[in-house]
Amino acid sequence: MDLRYTDQEQAFRADLRAWLAATLPSVAPEPHRNDWRARRAWDTGWQRMLFDAGYAGINWPKEYGGRGATPTEHLIFLEETERMRAPYVGMNFVGLLHAGPTLVVEASPEQKSHHLPGILKGEHVWCQGFSEPNAGSDLASLQCRAIRDGDDYVITGQKIWTSFAHIADYCEMLVRTDTEVPKHRGITWLILPMNLKGMDIRPLRTMEGSTEFCEVFFDEVRVPVANRVGDENDGWRVAMVTLSFERGTAFVSEMLQSMELVRDLADLAKKVTRHQSTAWEDTGLRRDIAHLSGELDALWSLTKRNISQAQRTGFVGVGGNVFKLAYSDLRQQLGDLSLRLLDRASLSLDDIDEWPTGKHVHGRIHALSIGIAAGTSQVQRNIVAERTLGLPKDR
Amino acid sequence: MDFWRTEDQEALQDGIRSFCEGRFPIESLQLIESSGGRLDRTAWKDLAGMGVFSLRHDGFSITDSVLVFEELGRALIPGPLTATYLAATHLTSALSGADTGEMIVGLCEIAEPVTMIEHLVDLDRLLILGPNTISLVDPKSVPTQVVSRPLDPLTPVHVALATNGGEIIASGDLVRKWRREGAVITAAMQVGASFAAIDLAVEYAKGREQFGRPIGAFQAVKHMAADMLVKAEVARAATYAAAVNLDGNGDDNLDRSVSIAKMLAGDAALFCGKTGIQIHGGMGFTWEVNAQRYWKRAVVLDTHYGNSEMHADALADSM
Repeated sequence: MDLRYTDQEQAFRADLRAWLAATLPSVAPEPHRNDWRARRAWDTGWQRMLFDAGYAGINWPKEYGGRGATPTEHLIFLEETERMRAPYVGMNFVGLLHAGPTLVVEASPEQKSHHLPGILKGEHVWCQGFSEPNAGSDLASLQCRAIRDGDDYVITGQKIWTSFAHIADYCEMLVRTDTEVPKHRGITWLILPMNLKGMDIRPLRTMEGSTEFCEVFFDEVRVPVANRVGDENDGWRVAMVTLSFERGTAFVSEMLQSMELVRDLADLAKKVTRHQSTAWEDTGLRRDIAHLSGELDALWSLTKRNISQAQRTGFVGVGGNVFKLAYSDLRQQLGDLSLRLLDRASLSLDDIDEWPTGKHVHGRIHALSIGIAAGTSQVQRNIVAERTLGLPKDR
Repeated sequence: MDFWRTEDQEALQDGIRSFCEGRFPIESLQLIESSGGRLDRTAWKDLAGMGVFSLRHDGFSITDSVLVFEELGRALIPGPLTATYLAATHLTSALSGADTGEMIVGLCEIAEPVTMIEHLVDLDRLLILGPNTISLVDPKSVPTQVVSRPLDPLTPVHVALATNGGEIIASGDLVRKWRREGAVITAAMQVGASFAAIDLAVEYAKGREQFGRPIGAFQAVKHMAADMLVKAEVARAATYAAAVNLDGNGDDNLDRSVSIAKMLAGDAALFCGKTGIQIHGGMGFTWEVNAQRYWKRAVVLDTHYGNSEMHADALADSM
């Protein structure tokens, strides 16, 4: 076991750092969180810069325009971009990390040549139409119906939690094409252009006040059969292939932000006065901050283990689920701790005077979503218990 | 970067695991208990024969040692394993025989409210770890009072009535190094005990039926088991990272990574111990079932080289 980076990995880091240092000064300031047109331009503009520098699709195979980087190089990329405060993947997320990798494995040559360059260059923004009001954790029970009519599928139904639907160009979509077979076997994966007739996209306001999520309603929307990826009724398997692209890097940027947040919290505690002293002199608070800071370091070590395992074997074992569960819990504790420290200052979402409190309050709210998004902690625990520990299924 | 066991490390760890399963089957623990927790010198020599105490002189790293001690912790092997290993590593000439299993070396940390000595009657030498020094004393010369009912029957203890005297045989850098390595090796045993507690609880949950199905099919039980695994895996990552750092193959933030390892491994062992008992229900509270033995050992090991809370405070001091 060796935690040192090889010469090749260090060279990759040095080149990336130099490029970021030269490039980032020319990146405009981040637009307001709810100015979606400006954010799209900002996110896709950054993606184009990555593309021109050879960093787009860092983990994609070279033959499809990616960089073909190793999992460790991918980790270094995330670490350096986060450390130097480069723009985050933003609304390129679904294209780069979900739809794109699926197309790489499953799409026809025509579909690949049409869609993959658009994702890598930041020309196309993708969204995901998987979840439905009645298909959350039990995704395979989805009901949004697609009926074949000549060369089209005619779609009627509803999708929910579709991030960026109102500004996306394409949607990776799961539809029900057979209602007569067991639920996993009647699903089809479609490329849905977002400008078709019969679609109604309604922003869904989150408790953070953001309108990133949308509900999408379909009323006899016609999608060409040529937009199908994989066979009819084989969509569940197609959707699962992205999991094989997961190399233990999913929450790295997010975790690095938390590491910074906990350092900031310690600094803040040293300035906040309490009982004629500072909050940092409160042993309970101090110990809790230190504990979380230590746990985050341990999760960073766990990430390196997961990535090393992926590098050796091509897949991440239970470590990926372990990370998600531990991180979700830790992030909530960190959020609670910020509010405890801020006390009455936590009642404002904006900074108050010179106190940098806004990000801690926003962070606290954001923390509530981690154990829900991308598989709730309850589903994750079932997976760990059944697949890793071999406990019997409850059905 | 390659933070995964090499083939050699896998073979080393697997080898020790089969040795432990053969030589120290978990059923044999009750026999040791009935002897009052006395150490079996033949068994101790067999451990030495496996190279457990002489790892470092035989070219193995701290990381390799951690993999070995994870297995010793998993098997709940009693005795001053860490002290004898560290004595063989760092006080080779003063305590020759520690490496071959001829000499059993114990260590007690001066503590508050009381200083406790483990396995006193079986010790050939006793080291007393003070804030900045390690002293060597004859175990028979220390005034003590026996504890008639030790919490962990596999870890008999005496209260030390005085800890002065003896010959100072280490100070300064060596003591710092000793504390770091002691904490990481202990963390490895805590990680091993955590995984053993998980294995036992999961096996029970698969077989025990209530309401017409194995209790492990209930999510309430499943989620407890998953939480145990999460704690143990995170602690393992922290412990391996600290070991790799001590070997000079990582970063140089040694004290921080050691504290994180000991803190999280301590938390994991206590959590897995108590949750394992809970999963066993009433049987978990019996003497017969081993679930309780993992928790009791977890309590013992948490007090070695600083408990979880002390390491959290050490982390805070460095922030």
